[in-house]
Amino acid sequence: MRRYLVLRALQALGVVAFITTLSFMVVHLAPGDPIGSSLQGPNVTEAIRQHWRAEYGLDRPVSEQYVRWVRLVAHGDLGFSFSQRRPVRDVFADAIPRTLLLSGMALLLSFAFGIAVGVLQAEQPNGSRDRWLGRVLLLLYSVPDFWLALMVLLLFSLRLRLFPPGGLHDAVLYDYMTPPQQLLDSLKHLVLPVLTLTVLSSAVVARHQRGELVSVLSSDWMRTALAKGLSWRAAVRRHAFRNALLPTITIFFANIAVFASGSIFVEKVFSWPGMGYVTVTAVAARDYPLVTAGVLFMSVIVVTGALVADLVMAAADPRIRLR
Amino acid sequence: MTPPLLEIETLHTSFSTEAGIARAVDGVSFQLHAGETLGVVGESGCGKSVTALSILRLVRPPGRIEAGSAIRFEGTNLLALAERDMQHVRGNRIAMVFQEPMTALNPVFTVGDQIAEVARIHAGASRRSAAAKAVEMLALVGIPDPAQRATEYPHQLSGGMRQRVVIAMALVMNPALIIADEPTTALDVTIQAQILELLADLTRRLGTSVLLITHDLGVVAENCSRVIVMYAGEVVEESTTVELFAHAHHPYTEGLLGAMPRVGRGAERLATIPGTVPAPTAWPVGCRFRERCAFAWDRCAKDHPPLYQLGSGHQSRCHLAEEPNRRAHPHTPLAAASGVASA
Ligand SMILES: Nc1ncnc2c1ncn2[C@@H]1O[C@H](COP(=O)(O)OP(=O)(O)O)[C@@H](O)[C@H]1O
Ligand SMILES: [Mg+2]
Repeated sequence: MRRYLVLRALQALGVVAFITTLSFMVVHLAPGDPIGSSLQGPNVTEAIRQHWRAEYGLDRPVSEQYVRWVRLVAHGDLGFSFSQRRPVRDVFADAIPRTLLLSGMALLLSFAFGIAVGVLQAEQPNGSRDRWLGRVLLLLYSVPDFWLALMVLLLFSLRLRLFPPGGLHDAVLYDYMTPPQQLLDSLKHLVLPVLTLTVLSSAVVARHQRGELVSVLSSDWMRTALAKGLSWRAAVRRHAFRNALLPTITIFFANIAVFASGSIFVEKVFSWPGMGYVTVTAVAARDYPLVTAGVLFMSVIVVTGALVADLVMAAADPRIRLR
Repeated sequence: MTPPLLEIETLHTSFSTEAGIARAVDGVSFQLHAGETLGVVGESGCGKSVTALSILRLVRPPGRIEAGSAIRFEGTNLLALAERDMQHVRGNRIAMVFQEPMTALNPVFTVGDQIAEVARIHAGASRRSAAAKAVEMLALVGIPDPAQRATEYPHQLSGGMRQRVVIAMALVMNPALIIADEPTTALDVTIQAQILELLADLTRRLGTSVLLITHDLGVVAENCSRVIVMYAGEVVEESTTVELFAHAHHPYTEGLLGAMPRVGRGAERLATIPGTVPAPTAWPVGCRFRERCAFAWDRCAKDHPPLYQLGSGHQSRCHLAEEPNRRAHPHTPLAAASGVASA
């Protein structure tokens, strides 16, 4: 078990290193640079730009810049954001809590909904309820995330005018509100992005939960549990649920990449200034430090998700735990 | 005479499948007396397991037990019981030992917990006393170091040990009847004999009746006083074990006996019954064994044979009971002639 842990941790580190290196190379080799896109204006000459490029070391070969960046990151310094004109660390300090709030709420809700739907479906596999819910899930599973986000925006905000179209809170009136009003305003702004993200990921959770439950419910040991004299409900609660829930949680953590990419689009569409929004905006601005740090953050999250999935599985299944 | 412990009357259990309605158990009747070990034999697919599951009402949709069936146990018709009362029968008055000890146990609970659960359900035992009961049961089924074993998970035990655990689980409440569905089929040959001996020994000591399902007549010979032979969802022969081995009547039973490996015949190629069991969605009219039978004649294609009485307690579902001289003229069975081989 310990050997396994060490191995998995090393593997995770390797993946993070590979992804960040790759993205570092890609942004740097793409046309344009941060000076070109942020330092504009009639009286900015090419000579001035060159001066600043030299100042930030942007005129050095990519490999040299890379080594310097790795050294900085190793010391906990993520660099300076050109487009926001402040340290990347400060940008993150604002953005990370917002992303956690949005994804955390969506994560909780999608587990609650997804598992409930999966249980409803598994009660009578291939019954009419199962088939109908299955079709709806398949639909949700296959709609592109940005398309769904746009549709939600169009319907609930622009057409029905039930919720604001985006942002953290009301840009104009927020500062004039009483604290309870401010809370309400913030919640209103959360509804649509959370809804979109929840819908997207509930489908994933429900599909896994149903699949696991169906196979667990028809398992021999489930039959044994009933033959012992447990009621169907008690057998499901005590035996089936536990066995089916763990793989669902695991699979979900392993698929956290899906969630992360979903949240990028959702943040962009609803102008929710979290990590996804900040990173995507940084790409357009050729803000090298912010982009690479954003990618670093995301890859750490995704890899950690997969690692947590493995550990949860290992801790819950004696066949793995005791190996 | 005392009434039988278990009396099954015209049990019909069917599954609605894409191919149509599968009449897996099609009018099965038999009785089991207190203290008796009754064997049920037949090739796989004959409806043995479905019969067993029907008794405990564990047949799940799309399967169902048809109206008109009756399963009387200790005088009450189980099919008329409320689900709640049925739960009181399962694991308490009737316990089950399944075929696959690997998959019959839940992988995420210790074996001690799984045995203790029975005591907690039916005896309302406290956590502590149920755990003690589990250890006691493990000792009863001959597992060394039971206190340690109780804390282990199924995958840590060998197949034979796991089956002992399943037997321990079945015996917790000292049930009146144990249904053992091919309890040793999944085990090594050497372990099989040990497990059967253990089961026979314990049930004899506790006075438990056993319905022993198997496809192996050798197991029947060693453990059962009476036996019913099932074929294609029906009982085709019923008799005492001694009578069956001496004077089997139904050609299917003869086929099973011919397919039995016997001491001194080891290397010789075993006789097999040509052909396979027909599909339960379309039982043939007339005799269901006809195509595989060396004696079948035109009557067998038309008349579905009833269970003929052959003498005390011996019945056979074969028209040869009325026309015994046809036994003198065997022919090649249809299934063999058309080149359909069987395993
Ligand atoms: N869940 C099910 N759905 C459809 N058919 C089934 C189901 N369970 C059993 N059957 C059918 O019932 C028949 C009898 O099966 P079974 O009782 O398991 O045979 P065996 O004598 O080998 O124990 C088989 O033809 C099988 O295909
Ligand atoms: Mg079977």
